[in-house]
Amino acid sequence: MSVIRRELHELSRIDVFARQDTWIHRIDARAKVLATFVFLLCVVSFPRYAVLPLLPFVIFPVVIASLGRLPLGWLVQRLLVASPFALMVGIANPLVDQTPVAILPGHSIAAGWLSFASIGLRFLLTTAVALLLIATTGMPAICDALRQLRIPEAFVTQLQLLYRYLFLLGEEAMRMERARDLRSCGRRGTGLWVSGTLLGALLLRTVARANRIYAAMLLRGFEGTIRPASLRALTRRDLVFLLGWSTAFLICRQVPVGELLGHAVIGARL
Amino acid sequence: MSAARNGSPDPHATGTAIVPVIEVVGLVYAYADGTPALDGVSLRIAPGESVAVVGANGAGKSTLLVLLTGLLEPVAGAIRINGLPLGPGSRAEIRRSLGMVFQEADDQLFMPTAAEDVAFGPQNLGLPADVVQQRVTLALEQVGALALRDRSPHRLSGGEKRAVAIATVLAMEPFILLLDEPSAALDPRARRRLIQLLQGLSHTRVVATHDLDLALDLCSRTVVLSAGRVVADGPSDRILADTSLLERSGLEAPLSLQARRPCRQG
Repeated sequence: MSVIRRELHELSRIDVFARQDTWIHRIDARAKVLATFVFLLCVVSFPRYAVLPLLPFVIFPVVIASLGRLPLGWLVQRLLVASPFALMVGIANPLVDQTPVAILPGHSIAAGWLSFASIGLRFLLTTAVALLLIATTGMPAICDALRQLRIPEAFVTQLQLLYRYLFLLGEEAMRMERARDLRSCGRRGTGLWVSGTLLGALLLRTVARANRIYAAMLLRGFEGTIRPASLRALTRRDLVFLLGWSTAFLICRQVPVGELLGHAVIGARL
Repeated sequence: MSAARNGSPDPHATGTAIVPVIEVVGLVYAYADGTPALDGVSLRIAPGESVAVVGANGAGKSTLLVLLTGLLEPVAGAIRINGLPLGPGSRAEIRRSLGMVFQEADDQLFMPTAAEDVAFGPQNLGLPADVVQQRVTLALEQVGALALRDRSPHRLSGGEKRAVAIATVLAMEPFILLLDEPSAALDPRARRRLIQLLQGLSHTRVVATHDLDLALDLCSRTVVLSAGRVVADGPSDRILADTSLLERSGLEAPLSLQARRPCRQG
């Protein structure tokens, strides 16, 4: 199976998840978007060597994934696909930053390892939470929520159209790839030159399609804003979800819960 | 007015007392690279008429439709819709009275669900939410696609996509429908359904197609374009039976009027 086809399949799986009906799926998209935003802010704002204080944040994705009935295997696999980026960012830290840091009495490691672990953990947390948001809410609902939260229309429309046409673009790429492979007589790849040309052709087709879509929008009275589907008042449950999690995140950000827990565990063992 | 016409015999154009819905005079258009697309096209279409614009690939059919919407500007010539000259000032108003169904339904269906896509136009007209919902239901019902309302467009079949694309236009309640190759890429049954659906509409219709059987089924009048010019304009049954005219314009007689030559072994 071609890489493009597999990725398209994975993408459409997330849509299938988003159509489930669980307690988490029923929470208003705005509450989930805002809670995720607070989560991201808290996780990202820790100092560079923070590892232990990040650990309590693992609870949020775990709870959402289990309440939202999302398979762990899927989540892990998606995280693995994206992990090379985080690895590339942090890989040099242990070599560059050799300052020893004591982690346990009598044990010390290079500070670079700590910042590397911190980057890795942050990557896992933020990516997992973003994936879970989409898998429990669905991109269309997220876009509507962003509109209602007064995010500039240009960004939201871009996001919405990108998501809608990702599949078409992927299928187009797949057809071009197939046409190339059928005429390359088993010689895989057929060189960077051909791939480059294909990419160029894909870009041109995409531009042409974008123009046609825009024309279709103009003809139906588009004036720069897509109106959100329907406004629904936030229920008490939505508010409890939002405020509850946000408070928990802020507490975990300000109070070293992880360290306290760590000390408690170590203290109990000693 | 008649001096600017292309000289083709046209019983519909002369002597009509009613204001034509669409009036095109001496329309000239060339692509950005200088390739001529339309070379002096003139047409008058009366209210309620159903007109097929046929021609070989590249004859200028689609260009003509797009020019009627004001998405492209002609090099020369004039377009009047309901007597109103098409120009920068009137474009928005004129677009409200026309609905264009694109050749590729995927270009027309950009919202997450079919219902939202159909609602897009009425919402842009600034209609209240309940009226928008009424129009969505009505339009989807008209094309027989009410059951698809919450489906995402990229999961629909070709025929379903086409039906929803037509609904998106019907929901705007235009009185002119412009259809670009409506039967392209449809299987025979979807094509038959489309023809029935379009037969049931009372709008003034302009159908650009090289599906001549569709033209025969759907349109009482046919305009033949060849190399950007109107080479014939008249009743469909007469025009589409004129084999030598069709051949000269790069077309072939409709399949239903051709003798069948079944493929046999040996």
